[in-house]
Amino acid sequence: MTQAFRIENGGLINRDKKLSFKFNGKTYLGYEGDTLASALLANGVHLVGRSFKYHRPRGFFGAGVDEPYAVVQLFRNGETEPNIKATEQELFEGLEAKSVNCWPSVNFDIGAINNFLKIFLPAGFYYKTFMWPKSFWYRIYEPFIRKAAGLGVASTKHDKERYEHKYEYCDLLIAGSGPSGLAGAYAAAKNGAKVILAEDKPRFGGSLLTNDVNIGNQSGKDWAEGIIAELKTMPNVVVKNRSQIFGYYDHNMLVMSEKVSDHLPSTKKYNPNKRLWYIRAKEVLISSGSIERPIVFGNNDTPGVMLSSAAKEYLKVYGVLVGRTPLVFTNNDSGYETAIEFKKHGVDPVVLDSRKNPESEIIDEAKNLGINIKNSYVVVAAQGYKKVKSADIASITEDKKQLGKIENIKCDCICVSGFWTPTIHLASQSGNKTKFKEEIDAFVPGQSKQNEITLGAANGVFTLEETLKTSFKAGSELSKKITENDNEIAIPNVVEKKSSQHDKFWCVPLPKGKNYKRFLDFQNDVAVSDIEIALREGYRSIEHVKRYTTLGMATDQGKTSNLNGLQLVSEIENKVVPAVGHTTFRPPYTPVSIGAIVGREVGKHSKPTRKSPMHSWHEKNNAVFVDAGVWLRPRYYKRGNENLFEASKREAKNVRTNVGVCDVTTLGKIDVKGPDAAELLNRVYTNAWLKLPVGKARYGVMLREDGIVMDDGTTTRISENHYHMTTTTAQAANVLSHLEYYLQLVWPELNVNVVSTTEQWAGAAIAGPKSRDLLQKLFPNSDVSNEGLPFMGYMEGDLSGVKARIFRISFSGELAYEVNVESDFGNFMWEKIMGVGEEFNIQPYGTEALSTLRIEMGHVAGSELDGRTIPFDNALEGLVSKKKDFIGKRSLQRSAFIAEDRQRIVGVVPLDKQTSIPEGSHLVKDDKAPLPNPKLGHISASCWSVEYDNPFSLAILKDGKNMIGQKLFAMSPLKNKVIPVEIVSSHYVDPKGERVRS
Amino acid sequence: MLYINCPHCGMRSQNEFSYGGDASVIRPELNKEVSDQEWDNFVYNRKSLRGKHLELWQHISGCRQWIKVERDTATHEIFRTFKSDEEVA
Repeated sequence: MTQAFRIENGGLINRDKKLSFKFNGKTYLGYEGDTLASALLANGVHLVGRSFKYHRPRGFFGAGVDEPYAVVQLFRNGETEPNIKATEQELFEGLEAKSVNCWPSVNFDIGAINNFLKIFLPAGFYYKTFMWPKSFWYRIYEPFIRKAAGLGVASTKHDKERYEHKYEYCDLLIAGSGPSGLAGAYAAAKNGAKVILAEDKPRFGGSLLTNDVNIGNQSGKDWAEGIIAELKTMPNVVVKNRSQIFGYYDHNMLVMSEKVSDHLPSTKKYNPNKRLWYIRAKEVLISSGSIERPIVFGNNDTPGVMLSSAAKEYLKVYGVLVGRTPLVFTNNDSGYETAIEFKKHGVDPVVLDSRKNPESEIIDEAKNLGINIKNSYVVVAAQGYKKVKSADIASITEDKKQLGKIENIKCDCICVSGFWTPTIHLASQSGNKTKFKEEIDAFVPGQSKQNEITLGAANGVFTLEETLKTSFKAGSELSKKITENDNEIAIPNVVEKKSSQHDKFWCVPLPKGKNYKRFLDFQNDVAVSDIEIALREGYRSIEHVKRYTTLGMATDQGKTSNLNGLQLVSEIENKVVPAVGHTTFRPPYTPVSIGAIVGREVGKHSKPTRKSPMHSWHEKNNAVFVDAGVWLRPRYYKRGNENLFEASKREAKNVRTNVGVCDVTTLGKIDVKGPDAAELLNRVYTNAWLKLPVGKARYGVMLREDGIVMDDGTTTRISENHYHMTTTTAQAANVLSHLEYYLQLVWPELNVNVVSTTEQWAGAAIAGPKSRDLLQKLFPNSDVSNEGLPFMGYMEGDLSGVKARIFRISFSGELAYEVNVESDFGNFMWEKIMGVGEEFNIQPYGTEALSTLRIEMGHVAGSELDGRTIPFDNALEGLVSKKKDFIGKRSLQRSAFIAEDRQRIVGVVPLDKQTSIPEGSHLVKDDKAPLPNPKLGHISASCWSVEYDNPFSLAILKDGKNMIGQKLFAMSPLKNKVIPVEIVSSHYVDPKGERVRS
Repeated sequence: MLYINCPHCGMRSQNEFSYGGDASVIRPELNKEVSDQEWDNFVYNRKSLRGKHLELWQHISGCRQWIKVERDTATHEIFRTFKSDEEVA
């Protein structure tokens, strides 16, 4: 394979290292330092894709982040990534890429029929067509559109690559390493400021790499290299290439995506693929440069039509000719610079300048080189389908309304320059109110809102001398404020050619009788006619025009189309551009990998995993775990081929007949200490706490101020001023914050301290008729008899030398105890219990059996305390004190909360005593009633009652108090079930609570 | 992401804090007769101001102190921060 369009010498590529790559299945060669785009162009490949709507052939338009066309699907090291710009993707050995948005192939694309149907696909066609018949939308239209549209396919496999996040702080963050960024960074670095300089491209220097200028007696490129080399040696400077700052957020937080490995065939060991930097900068210098804007003419989307600056960059950086018979179409001097480069490399360009008689140093140089220049000339239309073959050109009158006679000239590319658009995205994202600058027909940053300053081309300054002067000064002044150093920097001499005024001309009129498509937005196929239709149909706000026509909404976010779109709207509306205004710039500036945004928070790293000290014992004993918040808890302990249902039934039954032990370490625990501790509890809980004696526990319910139950749990008085509060696993953190809120803000006079002790204590619940016998053996020196340790009693014990807290509390409704030891002894305690318990047929039980036991006892838990219920709803009104005030009490007087038919917890049993009722089922009176069938209540929790050996559920039911004995239906449309049920008491087992006191 | 000056710990990023709502709301005293309107104002009714707003934040991943933050709800500018017991002048 030859690289027929690669010039002999020149460019910044490494010609000693050839790289082989594949595009659409065909193998090509390029050089190290190429992008995929430059390597394809070197091989004469211009056709890279199909357009979004009309599937017209697409080539290369730019040479960097502004590229609207050359979006490919990349294959690298067994992974695939969509939406990659060929102009940004660096070449590596073995790279593979494919065209997107074409099917079956880029050369023969069925969707191209749209190009001939384009009369039927105007602006808003999605909204207007495909409306009838309704069912066709999702069966036929949508799948077809999905197949035909789209910019690549996301992989469905797990991404093997690693992505990192990094937080960084600096004095000065500089976005862009062109002349402005380099000068600002250098001046600030010399003052000792902590500087981060970010460049999105692999090479530093920005426009200095391609512009023919001199700084301090060296070429711009050499000067840039010298500055970068020096900055890299300075300890206070971080210099990053391949790093795009894509978002400017509140309080000077900027986010940058660093492509660490995308330029390599595979990611190096211990390296991430990408690194996302969250940078908090004291000051930000935006030196993001400018992007050339096109001039609009007929068929201006034909492959071979590209920005003149891109053609120059391919030549100067990559040594690639984008054509051998180039036509340069310009309204300013930049086109001449490209023409001069062509001429220097032995290619004869023709320059069409829309201006009548421009004069400048650059134009003189072009004339001296003998370049063919036609003034007051424009390209009317490009000719050629998959590649430019010729151009229809014509002279144009000074008012730019009348075209002369159309001539056709041969050319193989059209390099177009419609002047420059400052890249103001970051400034605008920061909240800066942009302003329109007449002289350059573009918006520039205005009043700063945050600590940012925009300099150089991004600020509409297009001379190197002024850019360097202002940037050295800004870098020096911004850093002086922070470091108080003032090292003066001599500003180097600059040699640059002077430019003449550009022509305020951006769109070639249609010749009589011709109906060429003239594209504004190249990625979304928005043509001049589409904007005209939108305005004709009454769209006025630029934001609405944008959404109706999709102008500027593609992945390139209109980097090359926005201003021309505004020009058109302002022209039709007879307004000036600033009156039309621009649409809002939002992050990200350019697409960012989802992987980079997610970082390492994937899979098990997406949240912390908390394990109890007994976790390894559970693992060894076949526990099947379940997520309980961030905790992992044993759901059941599998024996043989048991399933969840069988195992949990066995475990629950063993608690009811013998004794079981459950790991309850995850319960929230809060130490409440201080002389006013009892007073705090009395205000937080609904029941009375002032008279709880030392050595006693009490069950309590706490409300939010709106009267809704927040949490429940037991709290034990360990000593005079020391209480041990327990919370549910899920609410532990919220309860602590809740207590802190009242102690710090509402009742600071209370002398109480609270601190979480959840991790400090390991807990084991021992439950079942034989639990006392077991406990006695565990603590032979303690009196754990019903008199020595009565229900809701507390004592401290000695577990073979380990200090233990023993609580006689029960969640299962059985005679039960909870033993706590310091976490380090958790496993010791557990093994001791299991060992001693052997003779009592002890079995460990998991959360499933735990739920079964509490449900059939009618104990409420998270599924009833769901943020929508008050104490009455949970049959807890007996715990609500009438005498004292507490948090949320006043809300309980709300009329809805005291309504006669208020919802209330009930038990539910299926009439067939066989069918389990799905949780979430609705309770209805009539299963045949028309929809929406009035809902009387919902099933909050279901289990298989081990006591009665039939299904049992809890429900929150309207007027539940008076519904006992009623027959209703439980309906679950999700599970397609209708179950006739009977409403019973929620206390299904041991309604008098005798067992816990036995 | 906001950058909040915790009066106890210094400048910290927003992700260390949790938001606690309007700091000017005062809880009615305990054991006091409170009208429905007063109670509704305390529990539910908020002004949702545009502009300068005094609000509560808890430095939940730091010192766990509740602090008061004077912030512009439109621009996010933070003017001052206070300890929970500090007078807001």
